[in-house]
Amino acid sequence: MQSLVPLPVAIPLGVAAILAALNGHLPRRIADAASILATIAAGVITFDLMLLSRHAPIIYWFGGWTVRAGMAIGISFAIDPIGAGLATFACVLVLAAFVFSLHYFDSIGTMYHVLMLGFLAAMCGFCLTGDLFNLFVFFELMSAAAFALCGYKNEEESAQQGALNFAVTNTIGAFMVLIGIALLYSRTGALNMAQVGRALSNQMDATVIVAFVMLMCGFYVKAAAVPFHFWLADAHAVAPTPVCILFSGVMVELGVYAVARVYWAIMDGPFAAHRPALGGLLLTVGTITAVIGAIMCFGQRHIKRLLAFSTISHVGLLIIAFALLTPDGLAGGAIYTLGHGMVKAALFIVAGILLHRFGTVDEYQLHGRARRHRATAIVFFVAGLGLSGMPPFATFLGEHTIEHAAEIAHHSWVSIVFFFAGAVTAAAVFRVTARVFFGWGPKHDEFSGGGKHISEQRETHDAGHNIPAVMFIPAAVLVVLALAVGIMPHMDQQARVAAFTMADHAGYQARVLDGSKLPDATPEQEHTPMAASLARSFGATAAALAIAFLTLAPWYPRKNKVYTPIRSAMQVLRNFHTGHVGDYVAFLTFGVAAFGIVLGFLIQYLHV
Amino acid sequence: MSIFPYLVAAWLFIIGLYGVISSRNFVHISMCLAVVQSSTYVLLLAIGYKTGGVPPIFAGAQVGTPAVDPIVQALMLTDIVVEATVVALLLALAVQIQKAAGTVDPDKLLELQG
Repeated sequence: MQSLVPLPVAIPLGVAAILAALNGHLPRRIADAASILATIAAGVITFDLMLLSRHAPIIYWFGGWTVRAGMAIGISFAIDPIGAGLATFACVLVLAAFVFSLHYFDSIGTMYHVLMLGFLAAMCGFCLTGDLFNLFVFFELMSAAAFALCGYKNEEESAQQGALNFAVTNTIGAFMVLIGIALLYSRTGALNMAQVGRALSNQMDATVIVAFVMLMCGFYVKAAAVPFHFWLADAHAVAPTPVCILFSGVMVELGVYAVARVYWAIMDGPFAAHRPALGGLLLTVGTITAVIGAIMCFGQRHIKRLLAFSTISHVGLLIIAFALLTPDGLAGGAIYTLGHGMVKAALFIVAGILLHRFGTVDEYQLHGRARRHRATAIVFFVAGLGLSGMPPFATFLGEHTIEHAAEIAHHSWVSIVFFFAGAVTAAAVFRVTARVFFGWGPKHDEFSGGGKHISEQRETHDAGHNIPAVMFIPAAVLVVLALAVGIMPHMDQQARVAAFTMADHAGYQARVLDGSKLPDATPEQEHTPMAASLARSFGATAAALAIAFLTLAPWYPRKNKVYTPIRSAMQVLRNFHTGHVGDYVAFLTFGVAAFGIVLGFLIQYLHV
Repeated sequence: MSIFPYLVAAWLFIIGLYGVISSRNFVHISMCLAVVQSSTYVLLLAIGYKTGGVPPIFAGAQVGTPAVDPIVQALMLTDIVVEATVVALLLALAVQIQKAAGTVDPDKLLELQG
């Protein structure tokens, strides 16, 4: 069992190295097969690790440098079900991306496979590691592979610009993470998360606050929390479709995961007396992110950019789940990550199919052109239902678990945010479905009309009239998986057990540093009333359908008291998204400063 | 240990960010990012520094000799490697933008607005 642990990182990296060495001498199909097999192998092992770590986290010390006298000397992987589960999920999405791209990039050689496998190895390592600096290294490996993949269509000026905006903002985020790690090291003399956590115990001082703010803001740049979110829409609009699947489906979620991991392994002690301060601040950030993402999502005509803003909105919901600072919130967030990642990946795949078939993903240019593709339309529409949080999708189960946790924490109002984000983002998807696949509504409207047309390089040759099965099947399978996770018996209970393991920092420290196993903090099975969540989620789906219908209905007056102010508000928001990297970094700097000042202030004046 | 290196690190971080924000050239932006990164070098070395410490090579040294912390130096080396990759990538992107758009001025690229 122990010898399995490094393989999810080693296999993809090894195969990537071989493919890179043989670049140009290898038939395309062999590279495809090797990549897919490596991904499946990594996925099987991480899934196995998830099952094995259910009872106690698995600790693996590289090179046999185990703990001596309670001191971590070497570098460890500390595997718990949530980390291993996320790694498995990353493997599933990478597999979907590889299958989808069998028909893609005819002329590219094998560098695409190399970068994708490097990306996968970094994500697996990021999820499994128990060491802060190791976390940073995998974070940077993930980023470097992602930057290169994002600018893969290298003849397109907007692709290069999007990749550059992405690279600059995320690199600054990585520096902030490193500064946070350095400050924690200066305070504790340790890099192992368990040991840092034990050394800090529950002492709180200025260094700890600054270190945490730096770590959190750095990771939230990757997670695209407002005001760090600007890069995400640019990167998604220009990245190749299979890459978008990974960006939206799992990469940005890993930013939220990293903050949760650092918080529960290290910071829960120092912040124990200041939870309302931190929680309140993060709930605010999450809510703003969810609302701004949803509004911007509705105002797009470029389908990939529209989906990108929807991702921002849903990441806001994930931040809310973490901000409750309870294991229950964490459990809900984990399920929601799966559900959202799968439906969002399916939506991106359909966008990729449209690009393959028609050479554009512009909603207006596609008006009514995809009428023939009924099956694709159904997948897109059903994935939209999943996005709105309709039962029995996994998104519903996740939202329900989070809402229940919020109710216990006396934050029932978050249901309103869930309703809003689900309704507006799904409405945008339904609007696209109706316009593109059914030709409903006017060819232009003023709502999404402000978004500009972004020129798009075709990713494929030889479009033909039919949609290749390898493109369609991953989308359909992902939607079905999102349903399957949602109706899997005891899913929420399993997630709660996993979340309690992750949140038990005393147990984690004892397991890593003393090798002992504390008695399970297994939560009691509880019956959670579903009625309120059911009403909310069906309401959101209905509202989404209604909004999409009213946007397209020819008889609906375009100048009224609701419509006009929303449109002007949207224009104001849109003006902030300039595509200029300097502006993005200015917002980032402002955001970090504001975050630090507000958190310091709250900690000073808000005691339990 | 004086506070001076920490002030230098903070200054480099801020001036580098100012450079990225105000720059009108992608190549210049990449270099400003390298300045931001230098702040992490200074910070790491400052954390590991010990007044009167010797280099951390212990072959033949007496037990109890004060030495600077080798771990932060290893971290810094890793940091340099990682960031060399990123800067190389950024410069490659800048070259591609020049080829595609004929400019490296972010003010003149307007496709990703809104």
